[in-house]
Amino acid sequence: MANDRIALPPVNAEKTNMTCHFCIVGCGYHVYRWPENTEGGKAPQQNAMGLDFRKQLPPFATIASTTQQNTIVGKDGKRHTILIVPDKECVVNQGGGSIRGLRMASYMYAPGSMTNERLMNPRLFTGDQWLETDWNQALAIYAGVTKKILDNKGPREIAFDTFDHGGAGGGFENTWGTGKLMFSAIQTPLVRIHNRPSYNSECHATREMGIMELNNSYEDAEVADCIISIGNNPYETQTNYFLYHWLPNLQGSTVDKKKQWFKGEAAEAARFIFVDPRRTPTISICETVAKENVLHLDIQPGTDVALFNGLFTYVIEQGWVDKEFIAKRTKGFDEAAAANKMSLAECSQITGVSVAKLKQAAEWAYKPKAGGKMKRTMHAYEKGIIWGNDNYAIQSSLLDLVIATYNVGGRRGTGCVRMGGHQEGYTRPPHPTGEKLYNDQEIIAGKGMMYTAWGANPFQSTCNAENFRDAVLHRAEIVKAAMRKAHGASTAEMVDVIYDAVANKGALFVTAINLYPTTLAEAAHLLLPSTHPGEMNLTSMNGERRLRLSQKFMDAPGTAQPDCLIAAGIANTVKAMYEKEGNIKMAARFAGFDWKTEEDAFNDGFRRAGQPGAGPIDSQGDDTGHLATYALLRKAGNNGVQLPIKELKGDKLVGTEVLYTEKFGTDDGLAHFKASPWKGLLAPVQMEKDKYRFWINSGRVNEAWQTMYHDQYNPAMRARWPMAPVEINPADAAELGIANGDIVEIHNDYGSTYAMAYLTDDAKRNQVFMQFGHYNGVQGDVTTEAVDRNVIPYYKGTWANIRKVTSGEYKSTVSFKSRRYKA
Amino acid sequence: MTQNVSRRDFFKLSGGLAAGAGATVAGLAHAAADAAPNTSTTLPYPAKAVGKSGGMKVNVPVAFNYPDAASPCQAIKMGEAVPGGVGPNNDIVAYSILCTHLGCPTAYDANDRCFKCPCHFSIFDAEKSGQTVCGQAPTNLPRIVLGYDAKSDTVNAVAVDGLIYGRQANVL
Repeated sequence: MANDRIALPPVNAEKTNMTCHFCIVGCGYHVYRWPENTEGGKAPQQNAMGLDFRKQLPPFATIASTTQQNTIVGKDGKRHTILIVPDKECVVNQGGGSIRGLRMASYMYAPGSMTNERLMNPRLFTGDQWLETDWNQALAIYAGVTKKILDNKGPREIAFDTFDHGGAGGGFENTWGTGKLMFSAIQTPLVRIHNRPSYNSECHATREMGIMELNNSYEDAEVADCIISIGNNPYETQTNYFLYHWLPNLQGSTVDKKKQWFKGEAAEAARFIFVDPRRTPTISICETVAKENVLHLDIQPGTDVALFNGLFTYVIEQGWVDKEFIAKRTKGFDEAAAANKMSLAECSQITGVSVAKLKQAAEWAYKPKAGGKMKRTMHAYEKGIIWGNDNYAIQSSLLDLVIATYNVGGRRGTGCVRMGGHQEGYTRPPHPTGEKLYNDQEIIAGKGMMYTAWGANPFQSTCNAENFRDAVLHRAEIVKAAMRKAHGASTAEMVDVIYDAVANKGALFVTAINLYPTTLAEAAHLLLPSTHPGEMNLTSMNGERRLRLSQKFMDAPGTAQPDCLIAAGIANTVKAMYEKEGNIKMAARFAGFDWKTEEDAFNDGFRRAGQPGAGPIDSQGDDTGHLATYALLRKAGNNGVQLPIKELKGDKLVGTEVLYTEKFGTDDGLAHFKASPWKGLLAPVQMEKDKYRFWINSGRVNEAWQTMYHDQYNPAMRARWPMAPVEINPADAAELGIANGDIVEIHNDYGSTYAMAYLTDDAKRNQVFMQFGHYNGVQGDVTTEAVDRNVIPYYKGTWANIRKVTSGEYKSTVSFKSRRYKA
Repeated sequence: MTQNVSRRDFFKLSGGLAAGAGATVAGLAHAAADAAPNTSTTLPYPAKAVGKSGGMKVNVPVAFNYPDAASPCQAIKMGEAVPGGVGPNNDIVAYSILCTHLGCPTAYDANDRCFKCPCHFSIFDAEKSGQTVCGQAPTNLPRIVLGYDAKSDTVNAVAVDGLIYGRQANVL
């Protein structure tokens, strides 16, 4: 395909809906698809976009770049051109596209393109080499080992590491399929979630307090008086939410809307307060737009609890809390106020933020407006808290402040929300025991016999990753050695060989189910090919609970299947084995997977939750999910419906914009304050801090956020980010003899990793920032095993030393200019 | 010229415009090093003089339009050799200044030698072939392929590497 022209969709091109695969915002796109070697004309009536390409289009007309086009091939051999374009009618992105979503077409499978590495068929490691095989043999081995372990050792030995989200590698269909297999059929408790070492909520405290973490609408950011953004960099990680809903408020262009919505209240451009040790690209942009309305509280790493406790104490002293709301709709205020009490002086001493700045933040966010009305302040947080120093404690302290000032509970322009990573899409039976096992430590300790990484790659993304990887590789190699010696073994005999290794020799049988082989293939014995949106119909919800259906428009490569149907294949194979030996009880446990399509899985899970006879199902669709059918969602298009669904009016699904207008999500309907005193850094992290010089912060990079699984094969992204960058202050770099593009080693007691030095004045002395989740340079190798009480890791908190390894070639091909926009 | 030819062939065919004794055609080796997926083109690009190398000041952009009047571009003499650079010091490069995201005109920032978009804050490195430094633009800034005629000290625009915003094809 040429890089200086595209083919336009003809007027009769097929047009389907697609929610972006990647981040939680879920921008709406349209997929145009038409036979190759035809194209629409340049005149507006000659192309499906209705635009006049005979002349230069003005800014904002559309986006149609070469990355948005591809040529796909069906199972029937027919070739089609596709063009994937942002939907101007979608209320989320309003025609805007992110650098990631604008590459979706490039990531769809096309022979001879960057997606050539896709898994086409199951692959079996024979001991000597990888062998492409068929589903019958792959399932016979997988189900055979599963059944043998289940029969002889019990379900606790069958470990999973699996997605629990929406978007690509997720979706309500697939969380249900995998969940039903793991929790209803196999009934194993030894399950972790793709990005953390246990099966747990990342928002445990706030949910206990009665507040689910996605409780407002994107529109609320447009009408807030103040937004407090905590550990959160939305220009890079929730791009179009930030650009289309936050920024207009900072620029003052939503003042009229505020006046309309809130009659009689003072209305002006919003003020933004950022809580982040690092000066992020988002902060730089906001300061460029309206410096006088932006405040950056650059706290010392891990001191969030002290910050919120100090502010909480101060607003109580000032009388800036909503006493009537506290009396009517909350409980536990006095206990929390006493337990969290901290003076601004002490808060300043711990956080490193001046008392003057703390006071200014409190005034901006909480001092009542002229006329005495409470400010409408939205609080938005992400990994700085979620992967911070004691997730549970930080959320408790933050929510205490939010509840006391009535900034959650149905007032528009407020809300206390996580910003999110992936889209959401959770529908599963409950975890069978409710235990919060620290799975990685179980595997390191030799427990578990079979490990399935499902849309997950812990080698690239877990904490204490080097030690975990060592254990998995060591235990997997024992299986490989046994398979190697099984000369001439039939499939049934190979199952016995594998079982003997895992049951008697401390081995681990590893399966990866994914789009690509991933680095986990180094350990794996079996690889099963799955699909992503477009190759299957898939539903997800975004950060304002907006449910959409991404429509299938192409065949999956080879024999790749949707995850829910892979789960069904496994369950049905095990069931047949039990039926064959007359074990009716166990066969019944594996029943209920007679699905032909992903829609069957959607109907079986999401649409049965809360229905008579369904049994317990934890579903983000709540008890009204049954109202959403594929047919209605196709009609609802890229605007979909915000969960939970209230009712069906004609053929229109009516949703919920804001939660907790009357009651909170507790048994008594009240928001519960939670005592949360400041306790310092988690112990393992404090130990590293005492020994090593640099705080190793980690996070995401806009250009490859949630896309690295594709981007490791994308020439443009390999050119920009060939290795995980580490931002370092030039003075620190000079001391260590490090220049832009040098490869450095980052090392501590837990491990060592490598990164590409990227010098910036915006990095503080002795604080560096490394890209998380890169395939080349794994930040998790140097994080500790420290977790909060619910086994949520402190990924952001580790200390290490840095040394230069080599100069390398990157400086000649990679830009090292500042990533922070300044006019 | 609508036959399917590679860029290399294209330069041969259009050599009368940009080539000649002492002419250099920049960017070919660089394009290969970047492993761009495919830079073949079938478009009939015109050749157009951008200016004299000797008349360009270091780090001061020269505005021109290419391949037609509706496509604003800027050429910059960097003062030291850069990838894709032409001229006696291999330091002259040029780009379409329309952001590849939504088409806003970018502004050249002489301090860090980047083109910056005021609409959604994409940043492109003029010294690294228009590479996206940060931002939402799905592709790098389209690079105007330049030729240099040593005899007349003339820098010529001869093609475009990358699709200009708001077009089905670079040549309307």
